Amino acid sequence: MFVSSVFKAASLRKVSLALVAALLSFSSASVLAADPVKVGFVYVGPIGDHGWTYRHDVGRLAIEAEFGDKVETTFVESVSEGADAERVIRKLASDGHDLIFTTSFGYMNPTNKVAKAFPDVKFEHATGYKRADNVSTYSARFYEGRAVLGTMAGMMTKSNVIGYIGSFPIPEVVRGINAFTIAMRKVNPEAEVRVVWVNSWYDPGKESDAAKTLIDQGADIITQHTDSPAPLQAAQERGVMGFGQASDMSAFAPEAQLTSIIDDWNEYYVERTRAVMDGNWESQDVWDGIDSGMVAFAEYGANVPDDVKAAADAIKEGIVDGSFHPFQGPIKNQAGEEVVAEGAVLGDDVLLGMDYYVEGVQGALPK
Amino acid sequence: MIRLQPRAEPSKLMGYIAPLIALVITLLSGMVLFALLGVPVGAAFYAFFIEPVSSLYGLSELGVKAAPLIMIAVALSIGYRANVWNIGAEGQLILGGICGGAVALYFYEVDAWYVLPLMMLAGVIGGMLWAAIPALLRTQFNANEILTSLMLTYIAGLLLSLLVHGPLRDPDGFNFPESRLLHDAATLPIIMQGTRLHIGALTALFIVVIGWVLLSRTMLGFALKVNGQAPNAGRYAGFTQNRLIWFSLLFCGACAGLAGLNEVAGPIGQLLPSISPGYGFTAIIVAFLGRLHPVGVVFAGLVMALSYLGGESAQISLNLPVAVTGVFQGMLLFFLLAADVLINYRVVWGRARTARRPSSEHGASL
Repeated sequence: MFVSSVFKAASLRKVSLALVAALLSFSSASVLAADPVKVGFVYVGPIGDHGWTYRHDVGRLAIEAEFGDKVETTFVESVSEGADAERVIRKLASDGHDLIFTTSFGYMNPTNKVAKAFPDVKFEHATGYKRADNVSTYSARFYEGRAVLGTMAGMMTKSNVIGYIGSFPIPEVVRGINAFTIAMRKVNPEAEVRVVWVNSWYDPGKESDAAKTLIDQGADIITQHTDSPAPLQAAQERGVMGFGQASDMSAFAPEAQLTSIIDDWNEYYVERTRAVMDGNWESQDVWDGIDSGMVAFAEYGANVPDDVKAAADAIKEGIVDGSFHPFQGPIKNQAGEEVVAEGAVLGDDVLLGMDYYVEGVQGALPK
Repeated sequence: MIRLQPRAEPSKLMGYIAPLIALVITLLSGMVLFALLGVPVGAAFYAFFIEPVSSLYGLSELGVKAAPLIMIAVALSIGYRANVWNIGAEGQLILGGICGGAVALYFYEVDAWYVLPLMMLAGVIGGMLWAAIPALLRTQFNANEILTSLMLTYIAGLLLSLLVHGPLRDPDGFNFPESRLLHDAATLPIIMQGTRLHIGALTALFIVVIGWVLLSRTMLGFALKVNGQAPNAGRYAGFTQNRLIWFSLLFCGACAGLAGLNEVAGPIGQLLPSISPGYGFTAIIVAFLGRLHPVGVVFAGLVMALSYLGGESAQISLNLPVAVTGVFQGMLLFFLLAADVLINYRVVWGRARTARRPSSEHGASL
């Protein structure tokens, strides 16, 4: 708790500036506003992580931009996924928030517990699977984006070794690794993926060390399922390539970033807030992908050749028009056994609980 | 040049009120900080220190947050008095959570009164076993317990992660690394309806009493203190140092293990990859802030818990960044350490008088 990172220091300054501006505008606006809708956010990381939490906060700001003084938004950052989460969520609910977004998987049980006690408050839990009359779940099909990255990596790697930095071996991350690997092997059957787990969503030091280890093992492209720009920065330093995570990270690695998956929650957040305002909010389960814009991409980097851009665009279009599915058979597991037959496609139920590696991923999946 | 010269007789009174001085200076510095951030100072103070405890529910949450800090800090204080530097209470807490949680999951189908006591026993034993490792290494091989207990914390964290990713994982949980939710028979009873305040808070108070009696009313407590202040005198008096080391570590392991079980069977209600936001480490600060005295630790634990709740409240009502919490905790410890330095040393201006023997003054040049 004492060690506040450079990121936090930077965001402190940003926030304090924003705060002054907010206070000035707030004092004049609050006089006119008639009972604004209050929207609360619980974040697992700092808003200055430049990844996951940052993109959720961009979504929060989109709500403010859309509705102006008809809404009031609040956030609590760096809330740990244990006993603290329930207290924070409950506090937001009892402070009169109408809609509360809890933006990490570990908030699932606390969100549902609090939701029971506050039936009039609407809850939106990201990436979970437990719902109630006043609890929706939402997530994005990031694996679709991973298939695009895998295609690019397969075409661009020279060493045929791709370094993959994983957070936790949960289905969401394993699914991403597999989608990436399947797409990569389609264009380059020689290439393989090596995974290093850092057991954290946000730990720039560990993430950076993992990237350097992978580069030392011959990886010439680094990709990550952790939230800080550190791996990409390591790639930039060592003169290899990489992909950004959750947001456009080209500012941190102008030469190294080939592209980046961008989590775009803006439209969803605005829509759900509007639903609460109009009184037609209903519990639902949303899992959207490239099609809806929830999974978007940063511009291609300067080092991406035209044929790679074309191939990547083709995958994106194929996913949107349904002609390409990242988990289309034949798919083999690590032992070489066929797990999905030619022509078949893995259903959402299997994807949601994915717990094995496909062929082309090195090492054993920690269990 | 500024030098620090040791005082012949550091004031005892000042030693006790130093935490208060540190608290006051922290509050004053906080005012300056809030003013610089452009936040109305009064509103910020209200949000940070008053609002979190202005309702019965808020007070109950303070208890939930402070209980593990206090029970671990009391146990740490006893060890620190005896010069046994257990830094690994966090690991002992995790092992307590693992063992207690595993018992709960083993008896998942059983709805009986004995499940909870068994879990508590398992939690205590788990913490003690984990603390026994540094005790054994220290007494048998003279391995530094600071290093061994700290490193065991990371092993404990990875062990928990391994278990919730594998054997203890919820079979219906889509492979997410979480155990099943514990049944009512395996959850701690709530002592205040409508809140999360569980009987774990009472066990914390119980440990405070035990700690106080132990330190001030028993021969063992006396032996621990003598061993810490004058090991040679202790040896001369016939106190076996190894027994004191074993006792300090096992007692702390038991308390930390119980604290871990309380979290798992209390507010969390299941095993997660992470069951503590660093209670075992924060308790070290609480122990020192409380002057290694069980009663002082109670106040220190409450102040530290309030700083967490206040940080959340300030974020919600004033959009202040979460870093404010860390800044407050950091300032509090910094000013306490500064006060301690000034209690033990005198600031002297000018050059050292005895230039030939500078070491005789133990003076640290700044």
